Amino acid sequence: MFELLGIPPQVLMGQLLLGLINGSFYAVLSLGLAVIFGLLNIINFSHGAQYMLGGFVAWMLLTYFGIGYWWALILAPLVVGATGLVLERLALSKLYHLDHLYGLLLTFGVALIIQGLFRNYYGISGQPYQIPEILSGGQNLGFMFLPNYRAWVVVASVIVCFGTWFMIEKTRLGAYLRAATENPVLVGAFGINVPRMIMLTYAFGVGLAGFAGVLAAPIYSVNPNMGADLIIVVFAVVVIGGMGSIMGAILTGYGLGVIEGLTRVFYPEGSAVVIFVIMAIVLMIKPEGLFGRGA
Amino acid sequence: MAMADNTSDLAPISQSVGMPMLHKVIFVALLAVLTVLPFLVYPVFAMKVMCFALFAAAFNLLLGFGGLLSFGHAAYFGGASYVAAHAAKVWGFTPELAVLTGTAAAAVLGLLIGALAIRRQGIYFAMVTLAFAQMVYFFALQAEFTGGEDGIQSVPRGDLFGLISLQDNIALYFFVLAVTFGGILFLYRIVHSPFGQVLKAIRENEPRAVSLGYQVNRYKLLVFVLSATFAGLAGATKSQVFQLASLTDVHWSMSGEVVLMTLLGGMGTIFGPLVGAAVIVTMQNYLATLGAWVTIIQGVIFVLGVLLFREGIVGVLARWLKRPL
Repeated sequence: MFELLGIPPQVLMGQLLLGLINGSFYAVLSLGLAVIFGLLNIINFSHGAQYMLGGFVAWMLLTYFGIGYWWALILAPLVVGATGLVLERLALSKLYHLDHLYGLLLTFGVALIIQGLFRNYYGISGQPYQIPEILSGGQNLGFMFLPNYRAWVVVASVIVCFGTWFMIEKTRLGAYLRAATENPVLVGAFGINVPRMIMLTYAFGVGLAGFAGVLAAPIYSVNPNMGADLIIVVFAVVVIGGMGSIMGAILTGYGLGVIEGLTRVFYPEGSAVVIFVIMAIVLMIKPEGLFGRGA
Repeated sequence: MAMADNTSDLAPISQSVGMPMLHKVIFVALLAVLTVLPFLVYPVFAMKVMCFALFAAAFNLLLGFGGLLSFGHAAYFGGASYVAAHAAKVWGFTPELAVLTGTAAAAVLGLLIGALAIRRQGIYFAMVTLAFAQMVYFFALQAEFTGGEDGIQSVPRGDLFGLISLQDNIALYFFVLAVTFGGILFLYRIVHSPFGQVLKAIRENEPRAVSLGYQVNRYKLLVFVLSATFAGLAGATKSQVFQLASLTDVHWSMSGEVVLMTLLGGMGTIFGPLVGAAVIVTMQNYLATLGAWVTIIQGVIFVLGVLLFREGIVGVLARWLKRPL
């Protein structure tokens, strides 16, 4: 096998895969943030907590009800989405006439509550979640070993991301959504129930976070803080990509995951901060973000 | 700069005759209470409240008067605390020099981050400041001099100006009182200066401020640096009180706490951040044994504060009294 700059290909490919997996989570989470931001104009600070909630719901379904991974993959996002519906109706909808910063502060408070509650009942040590049997093991690709589950995470996230993109950009429902993003008053005048659309959009966005949480459960142990630090990196991803474009959010997510993986190979000390450094550079060169449309 | 002429138009609004009587009375009463306080409550607790009051007041300068929500103020608070602790422990600086060194470090950090962050607005600004603060956190976690998970422990208290020993809690208390009270008065002065008036104009209507010829970004950067500097002063002082600089001070939850203090007390008010800091620190003190419940209660205060109580404690008082507080 070839060697690149003295790095064995196993190491390089291994980190690339790891980067791609992190990128999958960045992409799904920043996609959810972008969808919510598009219509609600708020930054959903509780996104990390809702991602954690997805993982925990999957774990609870298995532990208390014996419901396995595949059902959890459908049920957990629905449960998380349902909590989103309630949150939007009871709290967020009261803030739309105010400065958008209040939405951020409110969802930050919600994140503290959710994370605090789970820390109270489950401690900070993680709960293990088994990889479903059909996806255990892996493939030997000759140059590296590819665990099946990790491949599945990448595939599943790509399907969900592009499914969402297709729905928003290519269907009638998506057209309503995009129209409401541009001018909610006018869309309402055409007889479309905009408040309900906003509510469902928020639920869908946090449902995506819940889905990412289920995907993450078998890889990382399920613990109350799993989303807390991740969401800050996702914020940086969102600043780099700009939230104006759905495809932009997806591509930036995967791209930055891969860049982070490469950094871990060539300069391990920098891997924790490389995304923030890229954010600084983007702010200097193109402050509105790579795919942004001003803000 | 042509700005000087413009500012004089705005100045008379609040610059009438210096500090209003009511504010003078409150400040004097506050000073009187703080002078006897260490003999009534545990001095270290009182010092903690004062450090956080200065921190919240510095943050409020940016949010309440500049209209900029930074979600990364822990970076300056904690960063200054590390530098001050290092200066006192390793370089053997006297307390006042250690605090000044930490404060200067926060100013530099504020300049670097602020220059980038002001390129975005609104929620992006909040996300950018949060992300940079997380970068500072990772630096504190990995760098040599910060001691990683352990932080910098047993920082010597030293002798003020090389003369007065601060080993005694009461002596240290009056040093902290002088620093924090002085800092808060200085912030008061900034808010009520022509510069503060321009800030309010930018907060209320940025395009109009631009059209009046103000270099808005310079004002934003300056207020950001000032806010970071005083947040640093608070953090550096705190490191001398607790003889410790740790990751808690640079963590994002610290950034959240200062937002909470300001929101609860009343953003854009003079005395709100002081009240908010006192309430939150007292609450943490009495509920410390409840562990994660403190986080939950803080979250609940956030949610209720945003939904029902956006003016904050002092904001409501000011409305009742029909006076700015």
